[in-house]
Amino acid sequence: MNLLASLRFRLAALFQRSQMSAEMEEELRSHIQLRADDLERSGLPRAEAERRARLEFGPPQAIKEDCQEAAGGTFIESLLQDLRYAFRVLRKSPAFTVVSVLTLAFAIGANAVVFAALNAVIVRPLNVPRPESLYSIHRIDDNSAGQSYPNYVDLRDRNRSFEDLAAYSFINAGLDTGENLARVWGMATSGNYFDVLGIQPHIGRFFHSSDEHGANSAPYIVLSHSYWHANFHEDPGVVGRTVLLNKHPFTIIGVTPPGFRGTLLFFSGEIFVPMVNLEQLEGVSFLNARGNRSLFMTLGHLKSGVTPAQAAADINSVSKYLESTYPKDYRHLALGLARPGLYGDYMGRPVRAFLSALMLLSALILIAACANLGSLFAARATDRSREVALRLALGAGRLRILRQLFTEAIVIALAGGALGLWGSVLLLDWLSKWQPFSRFPINLPVTPDANVYLVALLLAIASGLLFGAVPVRQVLHTDPYDIVKSGGRLTTASRITLRDVLVVAQIAICAVLVTSSIVAVRGLVRSMHSNFGFEPRNTMLVSMVLGMAGYSGEAIPTVQKRMFDAMQTIPAVTSVGMIDSAPLTMGDVNAALAFKDDTIDLRPANSTATAVMFKVAPGYFHAANTALLSGRDLTWHDDSHSPTVAVVNQEFARRLFGAATNSLDRYFKMRDGTRVKVVGIVEDGKYGNLTEKQKPAMFLALMQSPSADTVLVVRSAVDPQQLAAAIRSKLHDVDPGLPSFIQTWDQALSLPLFPMRVATASLGVLGVIGAMLSITGIFGIAAYSVSKRMKELGIRMALGAQSKEVLQAALGRAFKLLAFGSLAGMVLGLLATKVLAFIVYLATPRDPLVLAGVVVSMALLGLLATWIPAQRALSIDPLNLLREE
Amino acid sequence: MGDQAQLLPGTLDLLILRAVSLGPLHGYGILLRIGQISDNALLIEQGALYPGLFRLVRQGLLKTKWGTSENNRRAKFYELTTAGRKRLREETDNWNRLATAIGAALSARPEEV
Repeated sequence: MNLLASLRFRLAALFQRSQMSAEMEEELRSHIQLRADDLERSGLPRAEAERRARLEFGPPQAIKEDCQEAAGGTFIESLLQDLRYAFRVLRKSPAFTVVSVLTLAFAIGANAVVFAALNAVIVRPLNVPRPESLYSIHRIDDNSAGQSYPNYVDLRDRNRSFEDLAAYSFINAGLDTGENLARVWGMATSGNYFDVLGIQPHIGRFFHSSDEHGANSAPYIVLSHSYWHANFHEDPGVVGRTVLLNKHPFTIIGVTPPGFRGTLLFFSGEIFVPMVNLEQLEGVSFLNARGNRSLFMTLGHLKSGVTPAQAAADINSVSKYLESTYPKDYRHLALGLARPGLYGDYMGRPVRAFLSALMLLSALILIAACANLGSLFAARATDRSREVALRLALGAGRLRILRQLFTEAIVIALAGGALGLWGSVLLLDWLSKWQPFSRFPINLPVTPDANVYLVALLLAIASGLLFGAVPVRQVLHTDPYDIVKSGGRLTTASRITLRDVLVVAQIAICAVLVTSSIVAVRGLVRSMHSNFGFEPRNTMLVSMVLGMAGYSGEAIPTVQKRMFDAMQTIPAVTSVGMIDSAPLTMGDVNAALAFKDDTIDLRPANSTATAVMFKVAPGYFHAANTALLSGRDLTWHDDSHSPTVAVVNQEFARRLFGAATNSLDRYFKMRDGTRVKVVGIVEDGKYGNLTEKQKPAMFLALMQSPSADTVLVVRSAVDPQQLAAAIRSKLHDVDPGLPSFIQTWDQALSLPLFPMRVATASLGVLGVIGAMLSITGIFGIAAYSVSKRMKELGIRMALGAQSKEVLQAALGRAFKLLAFGSLAGMVLGLLATKVLAFIVYLATPRDPLVLAGVVVSMALLGLLATWIPAQRALSIDPLNLLREE
Repeated sequence: MGDQAQLLPGTLDLLILRAVSLGPLHGYGILLRIGQISDNALLIEQGALYPGLFRLVRQGLLKTKWGTSENNRRAKFYELTTAGRKRLREETDNWNRLATAIGAALSARPEEV
């Protein structure tokens, strides 16, 4: 019989069970009657005949059971029986049940959350058609994907591997609907972007390559579905409406479908505009600037049959062609293909490494939980050995008893799994809605899907089988006669039991978790207090894009100076600075090539350094608290009428001039040939993110190289939050129509610190779960060993043993296991934290505080867990105990 | 009852099929019929018959129907299905082959080896 038919039969049998059972009884009764009739006919009285007939027939209940089994209804029936029994038993020991269900709920919940993140980030690709063939083009050396617009056009038209290539970069613009002016984040995309991805509009239409006719030829806006939902209440009438984007008229032509979140996992643009109109929005011409790598990413689908390796070779040959054709503007560096969702390996590698490490740790938690429950189950099986022996003696099969134990384990596992999954779904929903930064549309789309539910279910069942299997050997070796005779304690012969191994393994795992979370927390704390090259405390950052209010050209420095002066008039403000983009706030920094002064041929290959480039107004270093080591600050006289000057950091001086000391008043060249004089040296700092290697940096004069991006740095003696209102009103006086974003520098740091915070928080949670598990684990074994040895301890006490000796006898083993497990876990944990160094700046296990922290925590956990059992051991009254027996 | 033979494993089904092949019978009737056709040489415990019957019904070799016995008692009657008839033929052939072979083997004399 095939499986389905068999199942159907069994189910049918189950539903017809009562009918069948009645029929069966009737049939057996009728048999006995017929037999009795025969016996009566042979001369027996009726009553005697019936008695004889019943006797000959055999035990009716057993036969009925055999018949039911033969008829096929028994599997589900005995399962129901087992379930009923399991519920009854579990209800009888609520503490055990609650502890085990909670333990598993935490373990499975942690796994579900981490797996959901892994699923969302790695397994589940971007929500676009045919994601498997979608690739972006990255430089192999630093994973960057930036290209200049002309290079993108050449790559697009000259490659033979991609169906088509699209490109995008980010815009931050002021969207004026006539009712209100709001800052929006969006994507400036090539005209073919939606066609390359194969996305169809929800309503209206998308723009296409055919809409592009040179600079500023396509003033169209496509709204993302979520922005449309949140700001236009899904009004289909928005299509065709004209709005102002940075004061330029644009027409809303369509809305993206609801599931489409762009091509970068964590960043979903609110609007999409054609890249050819970027010039209008940002006031910078880049369509013909081959040296300006301002596009964020180029991506497309491979043609069918083309492998990524072939495509990479193709792209590299285009790149070599570009170098030979435009040697002044293009340097060939090996290109490769990568997945666009996490910006190739740039974010992908640390995110994957971290999530995999987290997955490993949570798997360890689950194993620890199973070990924990396994030893609890083994202990229970020992305590129930009398019951088991009795059932064996009464003729129950060992298999049946095992099945019963497994049913209990699975019931607990499923209950724990359901509870854990429920918790994790709540957490994941919250995470998916969470916008960690008010300033950017960044979020973590980690909504659980069927995969997550399935994994949670499988984990629950697997762990149930795993910890349910621990007492199997014990049951199989139970000798009913021995146990019934001796009063019911199974004694294990071997010195090291399975339970000891489980406990050590579990403590080791918990020590790994505790170690890694202490390392992470310590790393975070240290990096919060490390030297960034500026002082973020007590400082407000006011960010603006002047283009949003229509400023361009000469108007920019004028309004900047007015705002700068306005800030100075606020009481309590100690110093004001101005910079185009504050360090450690955007995650991305402008870079420029720097050449030695004697370089004639300014092709990229001849540059000495790629330096971080900031444009600052006088007073910035004072306001940012960046130490000026030698030379002078920039002044307001360093303007377009005077020679170009720069302040550089020590690293820059070392790279360009060999040493920081003799660098003052020397010159370096920019790519366009401008000679720049170094007038000051400042300390090194962090610019893009905390884990970066020391980068060379140049600070140009804002008056000499204007920027529409403006950040006012306002330092005060008081809590900077109190200044926000004053700042806002002063800015309003300067220009009421200029959108600005005000936050403290500390708040702005949350972006570079975000990965570390996430890492630390998740490790912290896992660490706490680990600690809880080790407490219950140690508690379990200690309490059990005390209760098992009550009598022995009582005798020892009666014979005059001291408390110390009693404790040693009762808990020595638990402590030995604890020490052994902690040591193993610590060593493993220190090895594991190497992975952490990717994400958490300054995370090093070679830190005496970390080691001490781990030792102290584990010892505290041990003390906590053994406290109650120790009290119990000490309070043994030998007289009472001996009287009981 | 001492000279009754032990039933070989697996032969109960064959005997039931054979007994029922001569006409519909209730359980007790099957026992009697087996006794009758084997000259009371085969012993079947009364209770042990029924699990066998249920197994054969489940396998689709027997079908059942309630009726009245010769002495007016309600009883469940078993009869062969088509599959049951076919199975009986196959099993009978098998059994005969096996019996012949074993018989030959046991009656072989030394000079014939």
